[in-house]
Amino acid sequence: MTDQPAHPSLAGLSCPIPLTDYPSVQLAHGGGGRLSQMLIEGLFLEAFDNPVLELLHDGAILQVDGARLAFSTDSFVISPLFFPGGDIGSLAVHGTVNDVAMCGGRPVAMSTGYILEEGFPMEDLWRITRSMEEASREASVSVVTGDTKVVDRGKGDGVYINTTGIGVIPAGVEISPRRARPGDLVVLSGAIAVHGIAIMSVREGLEFETQLESDSANLYPMVASVLERAGERVHVLRDPTRGGVASALNEIAGKAGVGIRLDERSIPIGEEVRGACEILGLDPLYVANEGKCLAIVDREAGEEVVEAMRGHATGGAAAIVGEIVEEHPGKVLLRSRIGGMRVVDMLSGEQLPRIC
Amino acid sequence: MKFVDEYRDEADAVRFIEAMRGLPTRSWNLMEICGGQTHTIIKSGIDRLLPPEINMVHGPGCPVCVTPLELIDRAIAIARRPEVIFTSFGDMLRVPGSSADLLSVKADGGDVRMVYSPLDALTLAHANPGKQVVFFAVGFETTAPANAMAVWRAAQEEVENFSILCSHVLVPPAMEALLGAPDNLVQGFLAAGHVCSVMGYWEYEPIAERYRIPIVVTGFEPLDLLQGTYMTLRALEEGRWGVENQYARSVTREGNVPAQQLMEKVFQVVDRPWRGIGPIPMSGYALRAELSRFDAERRFEVGDISAQESPECIAGEILKGLKKPHECSAFGTRCTPERPLGAPMVSSEGACAAYYHYGRIEELISRDAAQAAERHD
Repeated sequence: MTDQPAHPSLAGLSCPIPLTDYPSVQLAHGGGGRLSQMLIEGLFLEAFDNPVLELLHDGAILQVDGARLAFSTDSFVISPLFFPGGDIGSLAVHGTVNDVAMCGGRPVAMSTGYILEEGFPMEDLWRITRSMEEASREASVSVVTGDTKVVDRGKGDGVYINTTGIGVIPAGVEISPRRARPGDLVVLSGAIAVHGIAIMSVREGLEFETQLESDSANLYPMVASVLERAGERVHVLRDPTRGGVASALNEIAGKAGVGIRLDERSIPIGEEVRGACEILGLDPLYVANEGKCLAIVDREAGEEVVEAMRGHATGGAAAIVGEIVEEHPGKVLLRSRIGGMRVVDMLSGEQLPRIC
Repeated sequence: MKFVDEYRDEADAVRFIEAMRGLPTRSWNLMEICGGQTHTIIKSGIDRLLPPEINMVHGPGCPVCVTPLELIDRAIAIARRPEVIFTSFGDMLRVPGSSADLLSVKADGGDVRMVYSPLDALTLAHANPGKQVVFFAVGFETTAPANAMAVWRAAQEEVENFSILCSHVLVPPAMEALLGAPDNLVQGFLAAGHVCSVMGYWEYEPIAERYRIPIVVTGFEPLDLLQGTYMTLRALEEGRWGVENQYARSVTREGNVPAQQLMEKVFQVVDRPWRGIGPIPMSGYALRAELSRFDAERRFEVGDISAQESPECIAGEILKGLKKPHECSAFGTRCTPERPLGAPMVSSEGACAAYYHYGRIEELISRDAAQAAERHD
């Protein structure tokens, strides 16, 4: 028999992610791919474990005195702060209301926390704040509480914004990643990868000429129409932001224990985005969106949902792009343009452009 | 999208696949040289659409994969220096050295930046006169002209704070090394179209003659690869050898002569070690003596750093086409893109990563079938 330790075990207090793997945080831990998933499931979920968090949805769905609330938080650290089609302020509002909408909730109010770097131009802060105000007014959401902190010069990137949103989920709406089931259809509200490519086109050292603007938009009005038309037949909603459509669908396949089949030819994608992805060696399925919605719906509701989406500017190019299947649970498969099949895996690390 | 969709058309793909069906009278091993071609084959599922007699062997043409481990360690040692801005193409950043990769050097505070062109690195050198800007110049003949141009311009403009860490490799000597090996199983080559856009294909004619093997210069789109495979297969079945050009829309026999002239001014052909394969005589480029002041290995005195490969990684057998990635005992378990044991798992062009990301369908289908049979019982 081995000796008992002289002091109580510290196992429960030590970091659950093996330090030999990643002794420090890498950028890819925030990239929305497999490393993010490892961090969230291995460290945060380990610490905060509870049935609401466990679903790892875009937001939490809470029962409070008979009412159902959608509750979601997000941080915005984008560079550059101003980009074609938006800025960090409008993006923060859209990101927040969209996360609430993806829970099936009507966004009601939000908070905003600014972390400012010493020396940040007041005029830029004013521009960002005006843009936030405008976006929140358009989304009929009030900014009802906030916080401001300033960090030393060099210790921030101009401005970071954290937001929290809250919304009310109407009766007859039942959204959960676990509700995806074989036979369901996957509906995508429009052309993919626009935001990520628009941001890349203006990033330092990577500038290329394009007319592209970010698709950053409030998705709630479109989601409301979809829910009005299809109600409980809408099973899962997700906005494929970081990590793109591929990561979002992999998460759903994993949570629901189902397989997903996509048809490459039916996935809407703009010419300019495709061209940029070809040149940069990026797979658009992994590029971020800020104004697109994935809906997994009952097979019979598919066409109605497409129609409801197309009634809105944000859903003009909506299409059925795939289906949920019983086979290969947890995996997303794609039928290529020439008829071959391949696995669409979760992204591991940041997507890195290739040498040649 | 113009010039892309034409080469991804399903009806045309089906025509090639139909044309190949029934053509092979025996089994053939064809090697696509370039990692970009491997990527297309696996991503579009071409290997599973071909007649079963055709075995696609994935060649050594992934620059990230064949860059020696010790060179990555040298890159990391240079990138850690406080006076250095280390620049590289994106996919070199995650390649593991002996104990770290360039991304973790960045996480630890090193100034490591991704660029799209060595000329961007030169611009950085102009903009940061107090810093030493180093570019990690890896790749085949495809990337060599741009790297040559960067060094040439640095010399013309007398940019003293710019250098390159050079590990260029050349395709024809590697093909000869493969064909001359006693365990060679390659019977036909799909040559790398982009390398040939620069170099032409005259260099391949004596190889095809000497080894009596068909070599078809092939592009990178799904239909290019199907057509290249079809042309190679026909040559093999008809007992022909020689060089054919499938990629005529961008490749000529002579190639890009001004680019070749510039490369000649900047580089000299030297022996190079290939990761996983070993040293191949006269198989790479180094800077000419008169430009050696732009050689980062000399400038930072890292030439004596050496490294030991993981004994478990069978990258050599993978890169020589002797084994498929999933035949490695560590594949997908102890070796994944998050924790790679060897470079073919890191680069998106690496055969192991391509298999890991796209290629597990057979395994899935057979598992599904087993489960279905179980339910039946």
